[in-house]
This record gives sequence, structure tokens and C-alpha cells, in this order.
Amino acid sequence: MDWMAWTTPTAVFFIIIACTLVVFTVLAIKFPEVPRVGILRTETTRGDRLFITLLGSAFINLAWLGVVGANQPYALIVCLIYAAAVFRWA
Amino acid sequence: MEKTVNQKAWFLILPVLLLVAFSAVIPLMTVVNYSVQDTFGNNQFFWAGLEWFEEMLQSERMWDALGRQLMFSAVILTIQVPLGVFVALNMPKSGFWSSFCLVVMSLPLLIPWNVVGTIWQIFGRVDIGLLGYTLDALGISYNYTQDTFAAWATIIVMDVWHWTSLVALLAFAGLKSIPDAYYQAAKIDQASRWAIFRYIELPKMMGVLMIAILLRFMDSFMIYTEPFVVTGGGPGNATTLLSIDLVKMALGQFDLGPAAAFSIMYYLVILLISYVFYTVMTNLDKKGG
Repeated sequence: MDWMAWTTPTAVFFIIIACTLVVFTVLAIKFPEVPRVGILRTETTRGDRLFITLLGSAFINLAWLGVVGANQPYALIVCLIYAAAVFRWA
Repeated sequence: MEKTVNQKAWFLILPVLLLVAFSAVIPLMTVVNYSVQDTFGNNQFFWAGLEWFEEMLQSERMWDALGRQLMFSAVILTIQVPLGVFVALNMPKSGFWSSFCLVVMSLPLLIPWNVVGTIWQIFGRVDIGLLGYTLDALGISYNYTQDTFAAWATIIVMDVWHWTSLVALLAFAGLKSIPDAYYQAAKIDQASRWAIFRYIELPKMMGVLMIAILLRFMDSFMIYTEPFVVTGGGPGNATTLLSIDLVKMALGQFDLGPAAAFSIMYYLVILLISYVFYTVMTNLDKKGG
């Protein structure tokens, strides 16, 4: 694994992503997903909303880094608000 | 009819997941690891945090390359999609000539990318190339190694030559799937040629056209070999597209950290645009039936 140049923060990052995927897979098996149309005007399932959340969060973090440039952890708060909005209305 | 829903069927894709993990996910994880560290070789890494991302976001070089890349993709899509549809509309619909056209049009698609680059590199040369020599003889100043406009024109015409057939073949497949009844109905209504295209052919081709646009966008956004062989990114940085710049940074300068941060941003842009295309395509499919 040395060649992959692991660090603790990146390992934690990937573990969180993997856990999220496992949780959503289990949820999809236990409670099958029902597509619905939200403010994006297109059908989204729970999995779609997770994807939109993760992708959007990446851009929010990049935008925070480019525009604000400091206190990066605060970007995660914006991401959480964004995630809540996506899961509620998208 | 009620469809059987069984979420456990997802486990059937496990072998593909493993394969993708090996070929894509693990290398991608490594890139993420590189993006937060610095290295001077010898497999020794030093923590750099978000420094490379910050540097890349403020790097004029990256924004310029992104601008050139977006312009390249926009220009080739604007040319290839209408041209491909036009070619498909004018192709013989059946018989020997239809098969002949299909085979001839498939030829550019079968040529390896670096060979396409080499063909056009020689074709455009003023001393020995047919195109360059002819333009020069006509008194048109053309030198793709020194003139930005000539370099751009060459790589765009080369891409159009290489890939318009793909759009044409997909559009042709879409056209062939339209039942004759639609044309007969249009004839009874005395619809004009334009009305037939606008209300019958275009809507019926929309699904395959979206696939063509998605494929052409993805390929043009990741293009490397052809422009690299023809212009090497020059003159200056005029045709240095994203992947050419990325390879220069990662392999030429061995700046693995910044190159990794650059790759991740590049990947995110592709992922976003592909997702938008995918959503539009699935929505069209649902509308279409």
C-alpha cells in the first residue's frame, strides 16, 4: 500500500464515503427507492440525491477555497445545509 | 404488466465493480492522496494540505487551458453535430450505395489517434504536405507551427475529419428507425421538407443525437494524442489543451501534487457535465416512451 501514499485525512475521507455508500445500499435494499420530481424538475431517487450532494459538496469546497481561502472546515457546514436542501427538495 | 423489483439483483454487478475498482477507483484514490502531498521522488511524501488546490485555483495557466479546452469542445460540437446530421440526411437509405457510404464513413473511426495526428502533421506541412503545399501555392499564408489561427484550424479540421462520421452514423441509425408511416402521413399533409425534419426526423433522432453529443463532448474534452502529435501544444501555449497541460505538469515537470489537484478538478468538471447529459438523456427517453 506504500505506493498509494496514504495519509490519515485522505483515509478518513474515503472511509466516510465508503460508509455512506454502504449505508445507502442497505437503505435501498431495506426500503426500496421511490423516484420523485423536485425543484430540479427531474426524477431523483435517494441514490441520485446522494450523488448530487457529494458532487455539489466537492464544488462548494473548491469554491470556498478559491473565494474565501481560509477556515476550510466552515465549507462543510455549507455542504451540510446543501445536503439537507437536496434531500428535502431535489 | 407489473415489473418484478428485486434490489438483490444489484449484487450481480459485483464483478464489474471489482474490475472498475482495480482499474479506476484505486488509481483515483492514489491521485487524491498525491493531491494533498508533495514529493521529490523516491516514494517520499510530505503533507501539503490544500496548498495545491489553492495554487491551481489561482493558476492562470490552468484557467487558460480550461478556456481553450471549452472553446475546442464548443467549436467541434457546433460543427460536427449539424454536419453529421446533414450527412446522415443525404445518405442513400438502402441498397449498395448505403452500405458503401457506411463503410467509407467508418474508415476514419478505425485509424489510431496518433496515426491521425501524424497524417495531419504531414498533410499540413508546407514543404511536403498536400494541404500545406496547396494553400501555400494559392498564396494563403499557412503555417501551423508558427501561426495560432492555422494551428487551431488544423486541429479542428482534423477532429471534424476524424469524428463527424460517428455523429453521422448515429444520426443515420436514428433516421432508419423512423417507420415509413410517418413520412406517408407527412406527404398526405403536404408537409415541407423543413417541417418533416423539424417535426418527424429531429424528434426521433433526439435520443441518439444526445448520445452522440455526450460521446463527442467527453472525447473532445479529454483529447490528447491528436493535437499533441500535430502541434505539441504550440505555437507557445496556443493549443495546450487541459490534458496536454496536465501531462506536461505531471510527467514533464514531475509536479505530482499540483498535477493531482488539477486532475481532480478536471475529473469533477467532466463528472458534472456528464451527469447533466445523462439526466437530459434519461428524461428524453422517458418522454419518448
